[in-house]
Amino acid sequence: MSARRLVGLETEYGIIRPSMPKANATVLSAQIVDAYAQLVRQGRIHLGAARWDYSDESPLQDARGYRVSRENAHPTQLTDVEPSVGEQRVWDAESVALDAGDARIGQTIYQEQDSNEVVMNMVLGNGARFYVDHAHPEYSSPEVTTPRAAVLWDQAGDEVMRQAAEQVRLLGGGELLLYKNNTDNKAVSYGAHENYLVPRAVEFSSIVAGLTPFFVSRQIFCGSGRVGRGQLGQDPHFQISQRADFFEAEVGLETTVNRPIINTRDEPHASWEKYRRLHVIIGDANLGQVSTLLRVGTTNLVLELIETGNAPVLELDDPVAALQQISHDTGLRATVRLRDGRLMTAIDIQHEYLNAAEAYCAQHLVTDADTTEILTRWRRTLELLASDPAAAASTVDWIAKHQLMTSFAQRHQVGFDDARIALMDLQWADLRQDKGLYYRLAARGRMETLFSAEQIAHAVTSPPEDTRAYFRGMVLQRYPENVIAANWDAMSFSLPGARKLRRVPMPDPLASNRAELGALFDAELEISEFIGELAKHQSVG
Amino acid sequence: MSQESISARSNKQTQGQEVDQQAINVQGTDAGVDDLLDEIDSVLESNAEEFVRGFVQKGGQ
Repeated sequence: MSARRLVGLETEYGIIRPSMPKANATVLSAQIVDAYAQLVRQGRIHLGAARWDYSDESPLQDARGYRVSRENAHPTQLTDVEPSVGEQRVWDAESVALDAGDARIGQTIYQEQDSNEVVMNMVLGNGARFYVDHAHPEYSSPEVTTPRAAVLWDQAGDEVMRQAAEQVRLLGGGELLLYKNNTDNKAVSYGAHENYLVPRAVEFSSIVAGLTPFFVSRQIFCGSGRVGRGQLGQDPHFQISQRADFFEAEVGLETTVNRPIINTRDEPHASWEKYRRLHVIIGDANLGQVSTLLRVGTTNLVLELIETGNAPVLELDDPVAALQQISHDTGLRATVRLRDGRLMTAIDIQHEYLNAAEAYCAQHLVTDADTTEILTRWRRTLELLASDPAAAASTVDWIAKHQLMTSFAQRHQVGFDDARIALMDLQWADLRQDKGLYYRLAARGRMETLFSAEQIAHAVTSPPEDTRAYFRGMVLQRYPENVIAANWDAMSFSLPGARKLRRVPMPDPLASNRAELGALFDAELEISEFIGELAKHQSVG
Repeated sequence: MSQESISARSNKQTQGQEVDQQAINVQGTDAGVDDLLDEIDSVLESNAEEFVRGFVQKGGQ
């Protein structure tokens, strides 16, 4: 039992060109990713990169044990192919012209570029994926094993986006603004997904039962806040979560329509027999480091409770309604009904999970630093939320945002229907550090931070050391000219004199780490020698 | 409502445990809030209504 677990966080960022509000979002997103690829090529930042390899993707496999046919899938679910002619509805003539394909075998992103080619999907030297997902630029963090590392490499993604936008500007592409939020308040929502490695032996039904009440209520400490209720934000009241009003189902495979509280995509990106990757789509993107820490750390602990059969038994009468009811109540007093007739607040529900986790850790003498920190912060946060929520502002994003808006509204004698309040909601998430309201609060010490700018900059160029992201990132840094393509599960190399690509699979996300391979990288071998030694190592291992 | 005002004072009372000290530099005065709001006024995009209207996204996951 511990708060440690293999985790990866994905963020789709909002994007606009303020000088041209109707600019095609896919084109803007491609500009961001391609500009970063140019930075890498120019060696302006110490970072390797390679194109994405789609061959291990299976987005239509459902965790409930079946597979959706391609014909019955929503077009946006077909994430296992290059976005091109299949996505005409998102693409206009301009972007189709840009679509020269970016996983061309035999060509690394370092080689002479066809001037029409735009890189839309790549893997970075810190082990992350950086790409165009539908109409948003997305950063998917490398695999990490602690909540703190999840925060660090998630923050690194914000920095990658900032550098890419700056590069677009330097290249004469104008100003692109990026937002770490989840809705435009005009019916559209985009995700910040979490991925948790779970043993396949755990029954999916127990995951659904154990996680649903937790997901419905955890927003009280990791929501990012939103002005507007309903998918159109038509009702100008503040609510706790960015995402709550966009969820319509309890369980399902979709992520873009009829969104479910529990997503069943069963695409482990790892050994199928051993693992599933729980794909969590309900969370808000957090700028706050502690909100991210608690979102990941508490979820890790709850998954452990489920796996060991210790999760509290709480069955909500109507989870989707409860999710929205809790989000709409900034006073934190709303009660939701359970199947057994009990009425509980979100704080009550969270206390049930916290008590179970504390009891389990005490009984099994779990004292590692990560678990201790999460349990301590979880309890302190729930106690503050119950007694004096304002005092939790430095660690809970929605409270900090709500306080700032409330003070602003008082100063200017306006209500939450004022256009400047709506602007604050948007500009809270602006990634520019001199403009984004979150960053202005953080600069004044009003938001607690866990990592310095230097530590975050280091995570932009360095992979985590205790997962396969280490291998992925390190080969991109040491042998960038030889990596043809990469994905979560494998790396493909071209070797001097060899006619075929050499594909190195990485089925165990916890292996291929520094402890296993650090010495091999330190030996500074030439590529063919390196691959030869690696093969020996893998056959022994 | 208490949660709708910046209460840096209560912030000061409830922290003080080990994990908080490294990072929080509480500005516990009304002057701090005024100064913060002055800054917010200065960084907000001009023409709020138009700017918000222009933020239109396409579908995502």
